Amino acid sequence: MRYLPLSGQERDDMLARIGVTSVNELYADAPRDTLLTEPLGLPLRRTELEVERRLAALAAKNVAAGAVPFFVGAGAYKHHVPATVDHLIQRSEFLTAYTPYQPEISQGTLQVLFEFQTQVANLTGMEVANASMYDGSTATAEAILMAHRVTRRGKALLSGGLHPHYAETARTVSDMAEHEIALLPPDPRGTEDLIGALDDSLSCVVAQNPDFFGNLRDLRPLAEACRAKGVLLIAVVNEVLSLGLIESPGAMGADIVVGEGQSIGNGLNFGGPYLGLFATRDKYVRQSPGRLCGRSVDADGRPGFVLTLSTREQHIRREKATSNICTNSGLCALAFSIHLSLLGETGLKQLALINHANAVALAEALEKTPGVEVLNRGFFNEFTLRVKGSAADLVERMAARGVLAGVPVSRLLPERGLDDLLLVASSEINTDDDRAAFLAALRQEL
Amino acid sequence: MHSEGRPTQPRAAAPPAAQTFTGNRALQIHEALIFDIGRRDFTGVDLDPPQKFTPRLGGLERQSEIGLPGLSEPEAMRHYVKLSQKNYAIDMGPYPLGSCTMKHNPRLNEKMARLPGFADIHPLQPVSTVQGALALMEELSVWLLKLTGMEAVALTPKAGAHGEMCGMMAIKAAIAARGEASTRKVVLAPESAHGTNPATAAALGFSVRAVPAGPDGLVHPEDVAAALGPDVAAIMLTNPNTCGLFERDIVEIGRRVHEAGAFFYCDGANFNAIVGKVRPGDLGIDAMHINLHKTFSTPHGGGGPGAGPVVLSSRLAAFAPVPFVRRDGEKLTLVEESEGTDSFGRMAAFHGQMGMFVRAVSYILSHGADGLAKASEDAVIAANYVRVSLNDLFSSPFGDRVCMHEVLFDDRWLKDTGITTLDFAKAMIDEGIHPMTIYFPLVVHGAMLIEPTESESIVSLTLFIATLRDLAIRALRGERERFLGAPHYAPRKRLDETAAARKPVLRWTPPEQAEA
Repeated sequence: MRYLPLSGQERDDMLARIGVTSVNELYADAPRDTLLTEPLGLPLRRTELEVERRLAALAAKNVAAGAVPFFVGAGAYKHHVPATVDHLIQRSEFLTAYTPYQPEISQGTLQVLFEFQTQVANLTGMEVANASMYDGSTATAEAILMAHRVTRRGKALLSGGLHPHYAETARTVSDMAEHEIALLPPDPRGTEDLIGALDDSLSCVVAQNPDFFGNLRDLRPLAEACRAKGVLLIAVVNEVLSLGLIESPGAMGADIVVGEGQSIGNGLNFGGPYLGLFATRDKYVRQSPGRLCGRSVDADGRPGFVLTLSTREQHIRREKATSNICTNSGLCALAFSIHLSLLGETGLKQLALINHANAVALAEALEKTPGVEVLNRGFFNEFTLRVKGSAADLVERMAARGVLAGVPVSRLLPERGLDDLLLVASSEINTDDDRAAFLAALRQEL
Repeated sequence: MHSEGRPTQPRAAAPPAAQTFTGNRALQIHEALIFDIGRRDFTGVDLDPPQKFTPRLGGLERQSEIGLPGLSEPEAMRHYVKLSQKNYAIDMGPYPLGSCTMKHNPRLNEKMARLPGFADIHPLQPVSTVQGALALMEELSVWLLKLTGMEAVALTPKAGAHGEMCGMMAIKAAIAARGEASTRKVVLAPESAHGTNPATAAALGFSVRAVPAGPDGLVHPEDVAAALGPDVAAIMLTNPNTCGLFERDIVEIGRRVHEAGAFFYCDGANFNAIVGKVRPGDLGIDAMHINLHKTFSTPHGGGGPGAGPVVLSSRLAAFAPVPFVRRDGEKLTLVEESEGTDSFGRMAAFHGQMGMFVRAVSYILSHGADGLAKASEDAVIAANYVRVSLNDLFSSPFGDRVCMHEVLFDDRWLKDTGITTLDFAKAMIDEGIHPMTIYFPLVVHGAMLIEPTESESIVSLTLFIATLRDLAIRALRGERERFLGAPHYAPRKRLDETAAARKPVLRWTPPEQAEA
């Protein structure tokens, strides 16, 4: 077996040195009748070439985003990632290192995390960010738990513009932890009255911008109303690239910002691994979940980095920890940080502007197309289209014509009377030809 | 190269090393922060400006500056390559972190995960266009179920701790379905458990009752029985346990737990010791997470991403979270809604860590059933080989007994040397070896938990053992300086963790702000 260095003779010599005659003697504590004596009727080892052929055959049955005109978003976005990013994250020293528990030989990972935390804090307009979470949805659920700790209240209010998977994730965690949660109905036009729904039993309000339907929301009045009632505002960002163009949640008054960072540096990967972003105000940092990297000095007084404030974490605090989390998304955070270092402020703004321009171009063309209606007034790179009949059927028919047109809202919100709504995203990857293909396929299938 | 007049031998008497101008030491190069190198008005990505258009941002344009430096491609390349060189990695040498399982990460797996048919597909594109992805998820499920002898698998959990959450949520849902939600509020966990176990139980509203480990490092059925009662929802037990021992009475423990109407959660962090040797389903387990990044070698990446699928017994299968893959003849579908089922619902957006699934399947297919069993055996042989090679010097908390894939020592042998487990670990860094897990499990004083894994050759193991023996002899001889100041040769000496926590600096700030 190519990955296992010990030869049969070496194994025998080692067993003799250990003082046993067979390897199964080392498994003597396993109940006798449970020890397997032969393979489980599963396939045996295969060569690298065989494995490659088998997996390539499976991969070939999928339609890759890069192979077709592609307009699918709803919380995961296709963007171009510079080749440098993937090369660097495959450096052995990044890829095959563990959590930096021995800081003297982990300064590379730790410095990256310190830079990442600063980038995320600046991007979200917050004072402090952690070293990342699993993804945007789980970060949202963790933010709600944190708000409960900070306010010592136990009820969350979720906007109807929150990504439905995020809302469901939060609801599962909340139900299981025996907290209260209120969810406003789906809000395709972004007109719900969150301020009117506030009361001082709430620990937090969770609002997304741009919202699930693509609408842009001014969170400032909501933030002000929250402050008056001692309620924390959790702002969710699904498309982190939007922060290159749109006012930051921090500047709009959010107390906690969570988001999905996949858009920068990370591929679609069929939904994971992704990158949870988590930022908040300095005063709340000791109540926050997840790993934090901080600056310190070594015994010679030279600057260096360490994991810090770990007295919040499960390996120290056990049942009193702020979260059970013990990993972050280290490599995804590295990819994010490299891509964002290459973009810089100038590149990020420019890329965001291109995304917006492409989405506007598509929306304008659709507004001239009979039989469909763009619901949004303001949007970033994604909007909601009302079509005649079932959006899910339309997407299938357009896929048969080689265009992946978007996400039918009913896929995430079935049986809500929203079957005629289609989420359409457009980014820098879309060309004029892609747009023309979209419009042609749509006209043929409407 | 032109060699006329160029000396080809070192000088007879080399002068002593001087302080360098830069502070660098040859390949040990200081690297500034991106905020010191980059410029806000520079970008390392070439982008064409869009054609003139009318924005539709509804007055929400970003007003404030962001504060992000831009690097050219050569600058970025050097920055991150230099940073990488300050890390130790499994690709450089032994990384014997007990309980963490740092084994070889095959690059075939990386190549497979990057096939556009896996890496470049969207979780919400029509299922008709991702049949190969669903087939891969199905294939992984089949392997995990057959290797564990369990009934159902939930692929969504994003890491081990998230898997614990998943398994315990299924247990909570099953208890609620029996109408016992308000009475069964306690979870049993041994004192030796990973911190995530009690943290998970507490996060779900359970209180935690500790079960002591016996003097042999094992959990005993009578201690479990004494802790059981009508208020107990579940036990969370790690097997092989965190002391590196197979829980000999696990079947009996499971029987008593079930008799008391509770469920049996197994922390599968150490499943890598028994893959292909023992099926957890045969041990009476109801739920167990599998860390794909440990057992099936998806890279740890400096702290994630992980993946923690959970296998469930027939008692819990119905409560598994959405989504999951269902086969309908030739066609595969995704069940994404829990409405009208017993499923406890959704615990994350989308369908799990697909990138990790591909790597794990690539690893599993490469090994096959025979290779997986041999990997477990080799890991166990290597740990026992280390055990018998060190146990005349190091002290074993539970006597001299066979271990599984990791061997545990305590610090009694260092008594009176003035050297701590931490000092010893830091001296290993100077020898070019990553330290073992230290101070875990908590049930042992000054714990040193060594997991060599199946990836070490006999040459590597021999050097590893010789190095630890040499260090141990020096420690016992009283060569304290070697240990107390260690590491001497790493890019940094020991860092002040207390100061870091007292006055946390968690981000870079511009110099003028930092002064203010």
